[in-house]
Amino acid sequence: MDDFLLRALIGGIGVALVAGPFGCFIVWRRLAYFGDTLSHAALLGITLGLWLKLDPIVGVVGVGLCVALLLHASEQRGQLASDTVLGILSHTALALGLVSIAFMEQVRVDLLGYLFGDILAVGNRDLVWIYLGGPVALLVLVIKWRDLLAIAVNRDMAQIDGVNVGRTQLLFATLLALVVALMMKVVGLILVTSLLIIPAATARVVARSPEGMALLAVVCGAVAVGGGLWGSWRWDSPAGPSIVVAAALLFLLMSLLARFRRSASDSR
Amino acid sequence: MKQTDPLLSIHELSLVRGQRAILDNITLEIEPGEIVTIVGPNGAGKTTLLREALGLLAATSGKVIKQSGVRVGYMPQRLHLDQTLPLTVERFLRLTKRYSGELCLPCLQEVGAEKLCNARIQELSGGELQRVLLARALMGNPELLVLDEPIQGVDIHGQAELYRLLTELRDRRGCAILMVSHDLHLVMASTDRVVCLNHHVCCTGSPESVANNPAFLHLFGAKVVESLAFYSHSTTHRHQH
Repeated sequence: MDDFLLRALIGGIGVALVAGPFGCFIVWRRLAYFGDTLSHAALLGITLGLWLKLDPIVGVVGVGLCVALLLHASEQRGQLASDTVLGILSHTALALGLVSIAFMEQVRVDLLGYLFGDILAVGNRDLVWIYLGGPVALLVLVIKWRDLLAIAVNRDMAQIDGVNVGRTQLLFATLLALVVALMMKVVGLILVTSLLIIPAATARVVARSPEGMALLAVVCGAVAVGGGLWGSWRWDSPAGPSIVVAAALLFLLMSLLARFRRSASDSR
Repeated sequence: MKQTDPLLSIHELSLVRGQRAILDNITLEIEPGEIVTIVGPNGAGKTTLLREALGLLAATSGKVIKQSGVRVGYMPQRLHLDQTLPLTVERFLRLTKRYSGELCLPCLQEVGAEKLCNARIQELSGGELQRVLLARALMGNPELLVLDEPIQGVDIHGQAELYRLLTELRDRRGCAILMVSHDLHLVMASTDRVVCLNHHVCCTGSPESVANNPAFLHLFGAKVVESLAFYSHSTTHRHQH
């Protein structure tokens, strides 16, 4: 196997490992649009990071945190529906990102690479980020798992049972910004949310517990990465989108299988 | 001096949003073991008052004093649970605190829902879900149960049964119950005290005294209150047997 293909596979699987459990929470709490907003805002984070001579990932997490704080503040005021606020934030951030790239004349930014991902160009430095940042995000998620699950079920009940809802949600948003930053290299910021949501939705078909669903989502994500890379190598298709297509095919297959099994057990 | 301190006392509490007073100078005390029901029209601030009492919402002025260490069980109005979250009833009961598994069954038995232990939360009917929510509120052995529209989504037979269950729970456990209700008819039969709320407390007292109060008549209209009188008559009739 070629060196770059191996790095792509290792990086992709590392990302799937983190995306699975986070994707479950996005699905459970219906945060898909929030995930989109975070990934759109990431472009602005990248240019800010480059401009401040920091690692782009630091910029992405910083901007993601700002988005989460803005959203939180506007939710408290409660004057606009939160999907309206997200719509404003999401597209303003994307537009600001595109505008700011145009102003950065001295640095050449690979815009297409960020938008659609460039997994075949994953370098050792990216792998280090994925395998250091990913486990940290996962570890915090595991520690806060019970609280986050309680919030996903009902915020008020969680708060009465002593969960600090505001702080936990902000922590989750920050971690999600980090995860988005890690995933961007693999599938590109336009498709980040799909790799969070589709494996989780696939896992849902067979999972019987929240933890089981998170683990299955990891497996589904990894299979999609493997399948997508294979397809990309076989048919010379773009790698990031191929991974998403593979994830969607897996979802379709699992859903059909589950339906078939259900109707078989019904007719028995 | 009272013999016991109130479990919870709300003192001159107001909540203003923009120009509107959602809650206006509310004073209310919950004594141990009593059932207090908040009734009022839609948008009267009933749920908001419960959220204030629970400390989920900050007030503009006034305060809520909870007796220290009081265990509170809460049952929300609705559970917006996504279909994709695979959760059994048993797991749901033990969600936040590390309750031992053995506690689940007795609590479910107490509300008549022991058969549902391994069912998926999303597959429950309206009435079953209300019972499971009630069981969850019981898990921490509460001294105060706070229930937001406990009979929502329950059919008419189930409603009467659920109210009877609440009275039984109070008698057996001695816990106080603070609840919000839309429905006037059944509430009147199973509560010690009614608080009639329309942003401010219109009137409060025993069900009988409130039902004859002009403010109550004004708020709900004579027709509804007449049918109410009929209901409470029929319940006293049943007691005479």
